[in-house]
Amino acid sequence: MARDLEQYLRPEVGVTFFCPGCGEAILMGLILRAIDDLGLSMDDMLFVSGIGCASLIPSSHFNADTIHTLHGRAIAFATGAKMVNPKLKVMVISGDGDLADIGGNHLIHAARRNTDIAVICANNMNYGMTGGQVSSTTPFGAFTTTTAQGNPYHPFDLCRLVKAAGAVHVARYSVTQPFAVINSIKKVLQAQGFSFIEILTPCPTQFGRRNQFDAPADMLKLLMDKCIMKEDAEGLSSEELSDKIITGEFTNGGD
Amino acid sequence: MGWKKVTSTIPGGDYYLSGDEAVAEAAIAARVGYFAGYPITPSTEIMERISIRFREVGAAFTQIEDEIASVCSCIGASWAGAKAMTVTSGPGFSLMQEGIGYAVMTEVPVVIVNAQRAGPGTGQSTRVASGDIMQAKWGSHGGNEIIALSPWSVQELYDQTINAFNLAERYRVPVLLMAEEATAHLRERVHIGGEVELFEREKKAGAAPFGTEENNGVPPMPAFGEGEKLLVTGATHNEYGIRKADDPLVQEKLVARLHNKISNNREEIIQYENYYVEDAVVVVVCYGFTARSSLFAVERMRQEGEKVGMLRLKTLWPFADRVMRDVGSKVKKIFVPEMNMGQIVGEVMKYVSCDVIPYNQMNGEIIHPDTIMEQLRRLL
Repeated sequence: MARDLEQYLRPEVGVTFFCPGCGEAILMGLILRAIDDLGLSMDDMLFVSGIGCASLIPSSHFNADTIHTLHGRAIAFATGAKMVNPKLKVMVISGDGDLADIGGNHLIHAARRNTDIAVICANNMNYGMTGGQVSSTTPFGAFTTTTAQGNPYHPFDLCRLVKAAGAVHVARYSVTQPFAVINSIKKVLQAQGFSFIEILTPCPTQFGRRNQFDAPADMLKLLMDKCIMKEDAEGLSSEELSDKIITGEFTNGGD
Repeated sequence: MGWKKVTSTIPGGDYYLSGDEAVAEAAIAARVGYFAGYPITPSTEIMERISIRFREVGAAFTQIEDEIASVCSCIGASWAGAKAMTVTSGPGFSLMQEGIGYAVMTEVPVVIVNAQRAGPGTGQSTRVASGDIMQAKWGSHGGNEIIALSPWSVQELYDQTINAFNLAERYRVPVLLMAEEATAHLRERVHIGGEVELFEREKKAGAAPFGTEENNGVPPMPAFGEGEKLLVTGATHNEYGIRKADDPLVQEKLVARLHNKISNNREEIIQYENYYVEDAVVVVVCYGFTARSSLFAVERMRQEGEKVGMLRLKTLWPFADRVMRDVGSKVKKIFVPEMNMGQIVGEVMKYVSCDVIPYNQMNGEIIHPDTIMEQLRRLL
């Protein structure tokens, strides 16, 4: 099955750039599976990414039109391309630092304008490529190279932020929920309007090792343990939910 | 592809337009397909007119969240196959610098109009200056070979906007139209011809989009959605766009071509005008609005029998090196009045060995012809 996806990769791609244990290669496979399930042609798609590890998911790997842009500006580039050629199915794939920190303004405004693009935010909760600095999604108290005393700030809830800005489709999943991720990507690829999926993904190399996750599997286990589907969370007390990350869809009537 | 003549989008004839309106009409005449902008004095009126006119001509318009998004969405639109444009002024031009560098690196045609106002900082938003001349060339990190034009009238804002699109498409480079508040807000007669000559970007299916053996150094440019499976990156890349961020040879070859495709074609790109230079003892080297005052002063002094001349730079970058050497070898003194604290004067000094005398005025007002005459009399 894995080799079936090779048709979506550039022939010259050898090994990926991702570290051992990184969740972004998993996400790369899940995006391609969603495209494969829908039978979409890569010739109809445009993948736009910013700067950072997640930006390299499409750029160089995907055998389609791809543009690896400036840090934080992927959504702006995507907006121009989509307005000129509305036939393109435009997907932005980038990280939390790229989309929510430096690019936060473009994110909320594209959601407000309901620009017809799908945004996949690979949230590894830190700046992986530059060596593990704090980002706007780093959990409170977490250790990074720039928060040696623990992160003093609370993170963004990206789904609430983007939903409040007016996105049509908003969802959060973890790479440890692969079938939900595939279904969610399939849904946004068929949707009209601005859609946003936050995908939690482990970064053992930069985040894990500074936060007592000694092995890549420990971070995957943590995500499996913490992530709870929205439907399963209903009826649980706030105390029971205090340590959980609620995943699922946050629009179309739900929250 | 290549040069073609098309009919003008408004009937040929004489119009009475502001500089900002002329830029908007010229962009439409050049068949611009995408415009993004953010309000900023004194360029806002261009965007206002475009927002109305684009609905009539069926082009895509967006007022976007900031100038960074303006230039970046223009680059996305250009890669999707449209001629793209944004307009701004000083502070917005500063915000655009990273995007301009990206456009240079990925060889994207885009036209950026900077209606210059007095800075630094917020400065005088409704007052004139030409303080962004060196920023046009050196504003983005890494060093850019770029094209920048300096119009002196509403007519030239019209003509040079069309020229800017043609140069951008021809050389796959951002072109900066360095307007000034005084011409952006000036209202005067503009002649619009019945036909417009336009350059359409070259396309060649399957050809490398970032490398060419052709002499002019400009590769063909496919668009998204044409099945070319384009790989675009602002990182160092080979002729097919594959990232080679650690390869010294690829970096050297790429940077050399980006430089040479402008530098080696500069005779074709550079425009200037000489006035009374042949027998002149002192020549005024000037550009933009200051050239209007200078020409008035030079003509008045010629009537008085003084041997003064003028060289007007219509193209600021690449710099008009050959004519500057020519003029420098013939005259005793060169006088360079500028609405900044001395920018192009340094460039002039690089190419001449005669005396070069700057005159700098940065008070938000145009340099008066009387001032230029007074200075010239001292030099004669």
